[in-house]
Amino acid sequence: MAKVVGDIVIDIEKCKGCSVCIPACPQDVIALSKNVNGKGYNYAESINDECTGCTNCAIVCPDGVITVYRKKVE
Amino acid sequence: MANITKEEIRKPENLVYKKTDLLTDKALSYCPGCGHGTAHRIVMEVLEEMDIQDKTIGIAPVGCSVLAYEFMNIDMQQAAHGRAPALATAVKRLHPDKFVFTYQGDGDLAAIGTAETIHACNRGENIVIIFINNGIYGMTGGQMAPTTLPGMKSSTSPYGRDVQTMGNPLKITELIAQLPGTIFVTRQAVHTPAHVRKTKKAIRKAFENQKLNKGLSFVEIVSNCNSGWKMTPLKSNEWMVDNMFPFYPLGDIKVNE
Repeated sequence: MAKVVGDIVIDIEKCKGCSVCIPACPQDVIALSKNVNGKGYNYAESINDECTGCTNCAIVCPDGVITVYRKKVE
Repeated sequence: MANITKEEIRKPENLVYKKTDLLTDKALSYCPGCGHGTAHRIVMEVLEEMDIQDKTIGIAPVGCSVLAYEFMNIDMQQAAHGRAPALATAVKRLHPDKFVFTYQGDGDLAAIGTAETIHACNRGENIVIIFINNGIYGMTGGQMAPTTLPGMKSSTSPYGRDVQTMGNPLKITELIAQLPGTIFVTRQAVHTPAHVRKTKKAIRKAFENQKLNKGLSFVEIVSNCNSGWKMTPLKSNEWMVDNMFPFYPLGDIKVNE
């Protein structure tokens, strides 16, 4: 069966750690990092491989820092 | 996941979403979690989808979004405080073939600019007004705005807004829906993916109306102001759902075909 896998790339230097993307993700892929970026924010990061590339996190991100990829695998 | 590496997924042909090029690469000056960023982005996405970015002139307001012209990579003008609809009227009348929109907050549109807003709406200028309502003066330090809810705390109503002495909140969107010049009046939000999609559709409809010279379209976006409300971004979104939405119910208020 064809399966869809996705991945997100977060621009961590522009992320402000608002965490609006975290409840938006149906797969619980995103969490705030323990590390901080240059501005001192705990940035969002992908913590597992469950991403389906649904783009929910990206369209709700106020700073538009998330890029989403999606690929079908046989 | 099947044995597929992240590098295989992260290829240009698999790209499904990235920030639109109509937003500049400057980091937005808004607080973390502020709805302004999302609103900026969906307006720019609509312009890109309609392929009208070269024919669009935006009017920036005064308030938190005063620097909108720094972030929106299109032709922009900066209006005096509250006068964005007046400037948009002039721009649209001088350039009737261009798409003109204003982007205003509640302090700009519903307080100092009430007269310009109401008269532009009543004249039925063929423009789009995007109105971000967060119920507070965010930029200047969270003072009470005309849109502040009854009982809501702000830095100038520290015990909550008392309507006996401070007056009633102004539902300007319902007010302008009464005017014959407006064609499409709606109220939306941008705190969840579903609401973002609906808001984007509403903004698209507003620009389509302008394309058909139908009249003035007014899109209110109820947003949060977590700094002004003294909450975390997620908490402010919850507070907005529990308190703002009962007073400012979402949905289309006026749709004239």
